[in-house]
Amino acid sequence: MTISIQQLNKRYDKNQVVKDLTLTVAKGQCFGLLGPNGAGKTTTIRMLLGMTKPDSGSITVLGHPVPSEAHLARQRIGVVPQLDNLDPDFTVEENLRVYASYFGITGEALDQRIDWLLNFAELTHKRGAKINALSGGMQRRLTIARALVNDPELVVLDEPTTGLDPQVRHLIWSRLRELQRQGKTLLLTTHYMEEAERLCDELAIIDGGEFVTQGSPRELTQQHIEPHVFEFAELVGGQSVSLSQLEGIRLEQSGTTWYAYTHAPERVQQWVNEQGGVVMLQRQHNLEDVFLRLTRRDLRD
Amino acid sequence: MTSAFAVWRRNAKVWTKLIKVSMVIQFGEPLIYLLGLGYGLGQFVPAMDGLPYLTFLASGLVMSSVMNTATFEGMYSCYTRLEPQKTHQAMLATPLRVKDVVIGEQLWAATKGCVPAIALLLVATGLGAITAWTALLVPFVALLAGLAFAGFCMPIVPFARSYDYFSYFYTLVIVPMFIFSGVFYPIESLPSLAASIVNLLPLSHAVQLARPLVIGEWPSDVLLHVAVLVAYALGGGYLSIKFFERRLLD
Repeated sequence: MTISIQQLNKRYDKNQVVKDLTLTVAKGQCFGLLGPNGAGKTTTIRMLLGMTKPDSGSITVLGHPVPSEAHLARQRIGVVPQLDNLDPDFTVEENLRVYASYFGITGEALDQRIDWLLNFAELTHKRGAKINALSGGMQRRLTIARALVNDPELVVLDEPTTGLDPQVRHLIWSRLRELQRQGKTLLLTTHYMEEAERLCDELAIIDGGEFVTQGSPRELTQQHIEPHVFEFAELVGGQSVSLSQLEGIRLEQSGTTWYAYTHAPERVQQWVNEQGGVVMLQRQHNLEDVFLRLTRRDLRD
Repeated sequence: MTSAFAVWRRNAKVWTKLIKVSMVIQFGEPLIYLLGLGYGLGQFVPAMDGLPYLTFLASGLVMSSVMNTATFEGMYSCYTRLEPQKTHQAMLATPLRVKDVVIGEQLWAATKGCVPAIALLLVATGLGAITAWTALLVPFVALLAGLAFAGFCMPIVPFARSYDYFSYFYTLVIVPMFIFSGVFYPIESLPSLAASIVNLLPLSHAVQLARPLVIGEWPSDVLLHVAVLVAYALGGGYLSIKFFERRLLD
């Protein structure tokens, strides 16, 4: 096991942010930690890096007990924090060099590594640029390159693509898949179900600091959600009641949109035809449906 | 310890990028004090405690320049790396630990404190105010004093919520220490209670070590002065590690 977390607890004042959490991540896996804002994802990640002290529970990462030997584990981990904390006093290349020095990495091997990293992040042309002169997407790519400076066995990414445009997001996804092919273990948190579905072999959903469920994206979708989904932007009058009374239909509302889940799509289609003029979108079930169902649909602030 | 030096090297690397601007400040400020006060007041005060006033003042200013620089670096610059830049957080995602970060910062603040001290020694020697070979020992006193001043101010950094916080410390602690610690006149001229309070603070001990050395004499009570500075360096360093851990590992 690359990561093993047992009965982990963390409380800030009266707020229990992580509660009896138990998780394991196998070597070579891309493991996704999903949950709404405030679910305890970042706190969990910080605790397994030894950057936040747990109240109770045990953590082992890459064979090292954490937090007591966290610094030894971190020698073999790459970390991409939620917010970029690149060093504004340095250029792109200097950022990689200085960060490498924290791992005790210097010399010719580092020169080669830096060339490779700049190429990997498509930042070779920005080698001498100041951090402030980089776009958000470039800063994110540099943060990812920086996390790989020690050729880590485990890469921990806290919301790696939040706030980025689709081009950069796709570039980052392809790079993360490349890391997977190299046999690295990836642990990532995300709000994007599409990202989790594309990248992760295994997912755990947590909510309010507690474990909710775990499985592959396919398993979770099949276990928790009927295969056919109909979305209605608007239902008027008694429509929602009449729709919910159809046999084998589960109807839910999120915001102003109604979702009808079913194994028998023909019944819903027939109902739509009878109503006439209802705007409807039919699609396959996906991970977002699982997420919304299991973490309930209320807003998190 | 090698890990702490990685932090030291990072700060040193930033400093070397700005060295031209930095040098103007490092040489400029003590030079203004030395020339302005030394020559100006020196006209009226031909000797202070048996020394030419320029020599008396230079030996005090060497140590107060260590204090000012190490304090600035240990408070404002260190806070910049702690909070707005999150440099320390970035470091903690690597094999570095909080103690490596804190020790590295303290060593760096002390190192930087030596720069104006050496600049001032050179300027004062050039002006003929310093002639004794024992003045070559003063940079070592400066390094120890720098560790003590950094240890004196760094424990408050993790409690700060903004830069304003440091203005209080600077105005209420650092400025009085600068005025009353025997830089401009001998401590003996203070009322005895005031002198005792001043002697609880690090600057007067640094001055009492440096002043005899610039005129070729061996300081008295060396062990006491060194012990006080070491206590501030180690005690302050220890508290800094504890308080930084509380803030960073929350």
